[in-house]
Amino acid sequence: MAELIAKSPLEGQAPLTRAGLTLSMVAPRSIWSLALYPGADPGPALGLPGLRFPAPGESVTEGDVSLIWTGREQAFLLGMAPPAGLSAQVAVTDQSGAWAGLRLAGRGEEGAEAALSRLVPLDLRLRAFPLGRVARTALNHINAIVWRRDEAGFTLFVPRSMAFSAWHEIAVVLDRLAARESGRGRG
Amino acid sequence: MRIEGKGIIDRTREVKFRFDGRDYSGFRGDTLASALLANGVRLMGRSFKYHRPRGVLSAGSEEPNALVEVLGKTIRTPNTRATMQEIFEGLDTRSQNRIGSLRHDLLAVNDLFSRFLSAGFYYKTFMWPRHFWEGLYEPLIRRAAGLGSLAQVHDEGVYEKAWAHCDLLVIGAGPAGLMAALVAARSGADVILAEEQPILGGRLIGDGGVIGAEPAALWLAGVEAELRAHPNVRIMTRTTVTGAYDNGTYGALERVGLHRSPRPSLPRECFWRIVAGRTVLASGAHERHIAFPMNDRPGIMLASAVRTYLNRFGVAPGKRVTLFAANDQARQTARDLMAAGVQVAAIIDPRQDVSVVEDCPVHSGAEVIDTKGRHALRAITVRKGAEVFDIETDCLAVSGGWNPALHLTCHMNSRPRWSDELAAFVPVADAVPGLEAVGAANGDFSTHAALLGGKAAAGAALLALGHKVAPVALPAAEDAPYTHRAIWAVAGEGRAWLDLANDVTLKDVQQSARENFASVEHMKRYTTQGMAPDQGKNSNVAALAVLADATGRGIAETGTTTFRPPYVPVSIAAMGAGGRGKGFAPERFMTSDQASRDRLAPMIEAGLWYRPAYFPKPGETTWREACDREVLMVRNAVGVCDVSTLGKIDVQGPDAGRFLDLVYANTISTLAPGKVRYGLMLREDGLVMDDGTAARLGQDHYLLTTTTAAAGQVMRHLDFVHQAFCADWKVRVISVTEGFAQFAVAGPKARALIDTMLDAPLGDLPFMGVVQTAIGGVQARLFRISFSGEEGYEIAVPVDYGEALFRDLLARAETMGGGPYGVEALNVLRIEKGFLTHAELDGRASADDLGLGAMVSTKKDCIGRAASRRPGLHGPAREQLVGLKAMAEISAGAHLFRPADAVERVNDQGHVTSVCWSPVLDLWLGLGFLQNGRARYGEKIRLVDHLRGIDVECEVTHPVFFDPDGGRMRG
Repeated sequence: MAELIAKSPLEGQAPLTRAGLTLSMVAPRSIWSLALYPGADPGPALGLPGLRFPAPGESVTEGDVSLIWTGREQAFLLGMAPPAGLSAQVAVTDQSGAWAGLRLAGRGEEGAEAALSRLVPLDLRLRAFPLGRVARTALNHINAIVWRRDEAGFTLFVPRSMAFSAWHEIAVVLDRLAARESGRGRG
Repeated sequence: MRIEGKGIIDRTREVKFRFDGRDYSGFRGDTLASALLANGVRLMGRSFKYHRPRGVLSAGSEEPNALVEVLGKTIRTPNTRATMQEIFEGLDTRSQNRIGSLRHDLLAVNDLFSRFLSAGFYYKTFMWPRHFWEGLYEPLIRRAAGLGSLAQVHDEGVYEKAWAHCDLLVIGAGPAGLMAALVAARSGADVILAEEQPILGGRLIGDGGVIGAEPAALWLAGVEAELRAHPNVRIMTRTTVTGAYDNGTYGALERVGLHRSPRPSLPRECFWRIVAGRTVLASGAHERHIAFPMNDRPGIMLASAVRTYLNRFGVAPGKRVTLFAANDQARQTARDLMAAGVQVAAIIDPRQDVSVVEDCPVHSGAEVIDTKGRHALRAITVRKGAEVFDIETDCLAVSGGWNPALHLTCHMNSRPRWSDELAAFVPVADAVPGLEAVGAANGDFSTHAALLGGKAAAGAALLALGHKVAPVALPAAEDAPYTHRAIWAVAGEGRAWLDLANDVTLKDVQQSARENFASVEHMKRYTTQGMAPDQGKNSNVAALAVLADATGRGIAETGTTTFRPPYVPVSIAAMGAGGRGKGFAPERFMTSDQASRDRLAPMIEAGLWYRPAYFPKPGETTWREACDREVLMVRNAVGVCDVSTLGKIDVQGPDAGRFLDLVYANTISTLAPGKVRYGLMLREDGLVMDDGTAARLGQDHYLLTTTTAAAGQVMRHLDFVHQAFCADWKVRVISVTEGFAQFAVAGPKARALIDTMLDAPLGDLPFMGVVQTAIGGVQARLFRISFSGEEGYEIAVPVDYGEALFRDLLARAETMGGGPYGVEALNVLRIEKGFLTHAELDGRASADDLGLGAMVSTKKDCIGRAASRRPGLHGPAREQLVGLKAMAEISAGAHLFRPADAVERVNDQGHVTSVCWSPVLDLWLGLGFLQNGRARYGEKIRLVDHLRGIDVECEVTHPVFFDPDGGRMRG
C-alpha cells in the first residue's frame, strides 16, 4: 500500500506584484472537458438551469460553475464534476491537473491588457474581448486559454508542464512595465 | 550657438554628455545634434566612401550624415542618427567610420583619389588576380568604406515586442494627424497616435504660425491636452511606424529607453505590431537638398532643419546664414533667423521673377556653384548670370522643394504618382487598403490643407468603421500656395552629392546612364544610391530626376525604385525581442523533474521536455558507467523511468473504433476492452508518421500513446482527419498528455514492485493488457507493455500525484536492487530489442522498410494505404531496417559500404540511425537502413563515419538482438 500526496502545478508559488498588477496562481479546481457529439444538447443533463453549452469564444457561468469554450465543439467544465448521464451527449475527459491556472489582475481592465499585449496577439480590448470572453491562443510560444472572467483581470490556463515558463514570461513582462514606469518623466 | 528666448527645451535642466571623449552640456529636450550645434560643434561624421567631413543635414530620422556610435557599458550602438538621439545625463557617443580622430581621419586620403573611385570602380578594377578579391581587396575596401562598428559581443540589452489594436491609427502628429486624432477621439473611437518625435506638433514646432486665432503652439497644447484626457486615445511618442502589412497591420519601433540612463529591465526599444481598422498617414514630407558643387560641407543644411534648430531647440546653426532655395516657403527660415537676431548674408533664389523684398540681400536668378571650408563651411561662390562672386557664410540653408513621406503607401507594392505641379511623387488612393494619406504626406503642403485633410480622412475612416462622427470645427490656418521651381542640380566644377549617406554624386548617376545602367533599378544598384541607412529619403527623387535628364526621359517615365519596409532602420534585436535564451522555447517539466535533479541526473532536452539522461552513482565518472549499470539493473532486477512525455490521446465515441481504423495502418476496432495493441500510423504519402499503442478502455473509449517527438504532430493529424474527412462521425479526440504522470516499471522484479503499490492485488494481467486500479485511493491505470524487452508495466496516475508516485516507486525499487533509469539506458534497452524511435521513423521510412509491411491491413482502408502500395515504397531496391553488430565503437550517422567497394558516394549502401554499447551482449549494436537489408543477414558490411574517423566492419543481423522470442516481456 502506498500513500500519495497531491501537488498542484506551481505549488508554493507566491503571488508577484509589479507595475500595479498581480500575477498569482489560481487555486486548482476540477476541470472536465466536454466535447459535444454531433447534434447533441447537453443542457438538460448539466442539471444547472443557467448552464448551457457555450458558443465559440464564450463562457457561461452559474454560481461557482463555469463552462468555457475551448475548441471546436469542446468546452471545459470548471468547478463541478460532470453529472452522470452526460456521456451520451458529450465525450467527458478529466483535464484536472493538466492545466495550470494563472491570474493577472489589477489596475482595471487596461493594466492586465497592457501586460498581455506583450505575449498574446489577440485584440484584448474590452470592446473586442468583453467580460466572459475566452480564447485559445498563444502566450508567446505557449498554448494558452485566455479568459476574461471578471472585471479585474484575466484568468489564463496553460499546460501544466509549461507553467513555470508561462509564469516567467509574464513576470519578465511585469518587470519591464515597471521599469518603463519608474522614472518616467525623469531624464 | 544658443539663442536666448527661443526653443522649447527646458533650460532649467542642464544635461551633461560626451562626444568623441569631450564633455559637453545641453538641455533637456535637446538631441545630440542640437546640443552639439549649440556647443559650436559642426563636424559630426565622416562620409561613407570618401571620408569627407560632414555635419548634420536634417533634424529628423532621414539624417544621412550625422551618424554616431552610442557607447554603452558593454554594447555600443552604431549608426545612431544624432538628430534622433536625445541627450541624457551620462550619454557617451563618438563619431564613426574613421581612422584617427574625426578632424584628422587618415582615410580622408580616399577623397584625393575620388576621381578614380566613381560608380562601378570596384567591379572594373579589382578583377585580377581573381582570388585576390576575397583575400585582399574586399577586406581592404570594407575597412575603408563603411558605417559604425559593432562591439563584437552579444547584445544583451533588453528589447520588447508587443501588439496593439485600435480603430484608427494616425501616423504622425503634425497638424493633419492631430486633427484626425481629435475627430476620432471625440467620436469615441479607439485611437493610436504614433509620433516619431518625443513631442507632438510635427512642423508646427519648427515653423510656428497661427491656427484659429492663437499661436500654433497654444492650439497644439490645447489639442494635446484634450487628446490626453480621452481614455480612448493612446499617444505613442518616439514611435516610428516602419511598415504596412496585410489586414491593417503595421510594424512600429518605439524608442523606450534609448533616451534614458540605462536601468535593469528597461527595454531599449519595443517593436510593435499595430492592428488598425483604418489608418491615416500624416507622416509629413522631407525637404530636398540641391546637387550643387561641393554641397556636402558641415554647415550646409536643409532650410527646414535650420528653422527646427532655431525654433525647437533655440540654436542658431551659424552666425551668418545664407539661404539657397527655389520656393517661397523656405524664406521663412531667413525671416525667423533675422527676427531672432541672426545675421542672414543673402537669399539666393534660382528663380528669375521672384520678390526681392526681404530684410537681407536677395539674389534672384542665382545659384551656388562652389563652397569652401575644410571642416566647416566658410564661404560660398554664387553665379548670377555672368557674374560670379563669393559670400562669406558659415551656414547655408538649402531647400530644393519637398517630397511627401509616402513610403508606407508603397509597402504593399503600389507605386506613387508623379505630380508635375509639385515636382514630386504623391501617393495614389487605396495604395494600402484602409490607409489614407493626408497633409504634406499627400502633397497638401499648407497648414489649412493639412487640417482639412486630417479631419476629412478621419471622418471617412470612422464612417467606414460604423462610428458616428463627432463635429469638430476646422480652425483657420495659413493656406499659401506652394510656390516653387524644381531644381535638382547645379552645373559647375567639382563634385555635387546626391546621396550624402552613400557618397553618390551627380557624375556617378550620369555615368551609370552612360554605361547603360539606365533603368532606375540598375542605376540604384550600380551607384548604391538610396541603399544607405536613410534608404534614399534625401536623394531618391533628385537622383531620378538626374537619371531622367541623362537618359532623355521624363521623371514619370523613368519611374521610381521600390520603397520597402522598414521606413527607418530597425534593430534586429527589437524584432527578435523575447527570443534570447529561454525565450526561444518554453520548457516542459515532468512531475519527477525535481526528484531527478535531486539525484544529480543531467537533464537532456527531448523536444521541449527535459528528461533525465542517467542517474549517476558515487564513483561513476562517465555517463557510460551509469548507463551500463542502469541497463543491467533493468535486465536483472527492476528499473523505473518517467515516460510522461509520451503523447497520450483520449478518443471517445461510438465511432471511435472506426476512426482509429482510418488513422492506423492496422486494425484497432477489433481490440477487446482491457487490451492494448501496437499501432502504426502512416502519413498521406504512405510513409510512417509515428508508432505507439492503442488501449481500449471501454466499449467506446480508447487511449493512444505516441512518441514524445511526434505527440503534437499526431494530435494535429487526428484533428485534421476528423475535421476534413469525418466531421460528422460521433468521435471526439483530446490530448491528455498533461493530465497523467506515467512511469515505466521494467525488469524481472517489476511485478513484485507493482504489487507492493496497489490497493488491491494485481492478479493476472497478461502482456498487452490494461486495468483500472488504485494506489492509496488514487485512481490509476496499469498497462502491461514493454519498451525494454523485460516484463514491463506502465502505471499512470493523475498528474498531481506524479512526483509522489515517482519518489515512492524509487524508494521501493531500491530495496529490491533496482532504481531509476534515464533515457540513455532506455535507448540501449530498446536498441537491444530493435524497438523504433524517431531516429528510425525519420519521415523517409515506409512500413515495409521497417519490416512492418504486414501491419498495413489489406482488409480496410487507412490514411496512407494507397500511397504505401506505390512501387517505389517497398521491395529490395529500398533500404531496409537491419541490425549491425560490431566489435569496435560505431556511430549513428555513419554510412555503409560493401567491404570490396571504394568508400564513395555512388557505392553508398545505407546509413546507421542508432547505436549503443550493449553491456548485456558485450557488443556494439546498431540499427540502420541497408539496401535490400533483410536478405543480407550474416553479410559483412563496412561502416564509415568520416566525421568521427570511424571505419569498422560489422555484421548485418536481424534488428532484434536480445530475447528475439520475447519470452522475457511476455513473462
